[in-house]
Amino acid sequence: MFDITAPAPPLWSNGPSPGAFYNFPSLQSAPSDFVTHSQAPVTTATSIVAVAYNNGVIIAGDLLGSYGSLARYRNCPRILKVNDNIILGAGGDYGDFQYIKDFVQEKIVSEECLDDGVKLKPKSLYCWLTRIMYQRRSKFDPFWNNLVVGGIQDGNVFLGTVDKLGTAYTDKIICTGYGAHIATPMLRDALDRNPNPSQAEARRLVEKSMEVLFYRDARSYSKYLIGVIDKDEGIKIEGPVEVPTNWEIANFK
Amino acid sequence: MFRNQYDSDVTVWSPQGRLHQVEYAMEAVNLGSATVGLKSKTHAVVIALKRATSELSAYQKKIISIDDHIGISISGLTADARILSRFMRNECLNYKYSFDTYIPLNRLISVLGNKMQLCTQRYDRRPFGVGLLVAGYDENGAHIYQTCPSANYYDCKAMSIGARSQSARTYLEKHLDELTSTSLEELIKHGLRALRDTLPPEVDLNTKNVSIGYVGKGENFKILDENETAPYLALIEGEERRGGGSGGAATEAQPADPLREDAGDEGPQDPVPAVAMDTTD
Repeated sequence: MFDITAPAPPLWSNGPSPGAFYNFPSLQSAPSDFVTHSQAPVTTATSIVAVAYNNGVIIAGDLLGSYGSLARYRNCPRILKVNDNIILGAGGDYGDFQYIKDFVQEKIVSEECLDDGVKLKPKSLYCWLTRIMYQRRSKFDPFWNNLVVGGIQDGNVFLGTVDKLGTAYTDKIICTGYGAHIATPMLRDALDRNPNPSQAEARRLVEKSMEVLFYRDARSYSKYLIGVIDKDEGIKIEGPVEVPTNWEIANFK
Repeated sequence: MFRNQYDSDVTVWSPQGRLHQVEYAMEAVNLGSATVGLKSKTHAVVIALKRATSELSAYQKKIISIDDHIGISISGLTADARILSRFMRNECLNYKYSFDTYIPLNRLISVLGNKMQLCTQRYDRRPFGVGLLVAGYDENGAHIYQTCPSANYYDCKAMSIGARSQSARTYLEKHLDELTSTSLEELIKHGLRALRDTLPPEVDLNTKNVSIGYVGKGENFKILDENETAPYLALIEGEERRGGGSGGAATEAQPADPLREDAGDEGPQDPVPAVAMDTTD
């Protein structure tokens, strides 16, 4: 029979406490599928120095791959022959550069396979890279590079650059990274005095810039590659070239 | 119901190894009015005969510009041509956006060919019922391309498609050697004469029913208006008409291969079905 003396059973159990939010047991409250993008470059290369002269373009960049301030790798070439009329140089994240290099070469190969007599031209590559760099920065996942495109198009010399934001411009002299601060003023000054340098003169300017940069830029290295594209001589990439150094002045004798 | 046991679908083979639906689509091109394309070393020209559906309507547009350096002339279903021209314009813009230069003709035509081929291999599609003559100028010079509903395309020295176009092809074959090194004016005159040969004797070319488009080295593709067409028509006025339209129907089924630069072995001849629907221009 019903026992009047027993205490009443609880009105509500095993459920959400009245007046509070219920946490469903299997539900994760925090999403775990966030995509994180690289916020900084890792293995980096420093400046690129490029000068257009009356008959072509010279591009130079050293062989160092830095890991922060550590001089980690000493053989990272970053001057690239794209095809018979384009030369490409890159600074910034070395891994991103290798990725860019891969798909640019893939494009060249697929164009070769079409075999329709149409070759990629410097302006086209410059435009294409601009689109790609801008697209990646718009996805908040930029390629952390400064790219320099040099070449010969329809008998004219071309020199242009794109950065990680997709900002692009063409000029007769282009220096990226630390070189933009150190080498650009020197080269502008030299070009003001001699607006149409010959290949030999332009080469001397580039070599001088690399020397000054090696002294001034703490992320630079004494060995570098120098790429020349010339209307008559075609493309050649030379190096490693060694910066002639003199540390005598460092000692107060 | 069916004219043939094996034409119920584009993807159905006949025991002779033919796709009848694709071949029927090829016939749609012959229903449109004739159009002629020809080129010299420096210029590519397309000339088309326009039709008006009634006395009250305007003449249907036959030449469409695609980009600064490309224009097309159409024969077949106009609506299908507009889909293709929109696609081609898109491709041109995309190429220009990516590479800061005009798309080479062969690249454009090959993507167009791929698009058209898809519809010949899927049961839920139908082939495009239109043939195009694509005139353009790129770094490899002047080009005339012909495309078919079967998704074949041909790089031509000169070509004509559409109703009674065999007469025009006959004219073009006869004058093929003169074309390469001739002037733009002579090229247009040849085109007009070729087009005039497709007409029945009682009809003649006039500024209303002729449309001319050309492109050349350093010149953008241009479609001439009536005032600009008139001087060219005047140049061939009064000349003796050669074909006079008599040769049209009898020689229609002949293959057009001699004009094609990549002329190969002859394919099967097209069947000639009755007209189901007249929506062509």
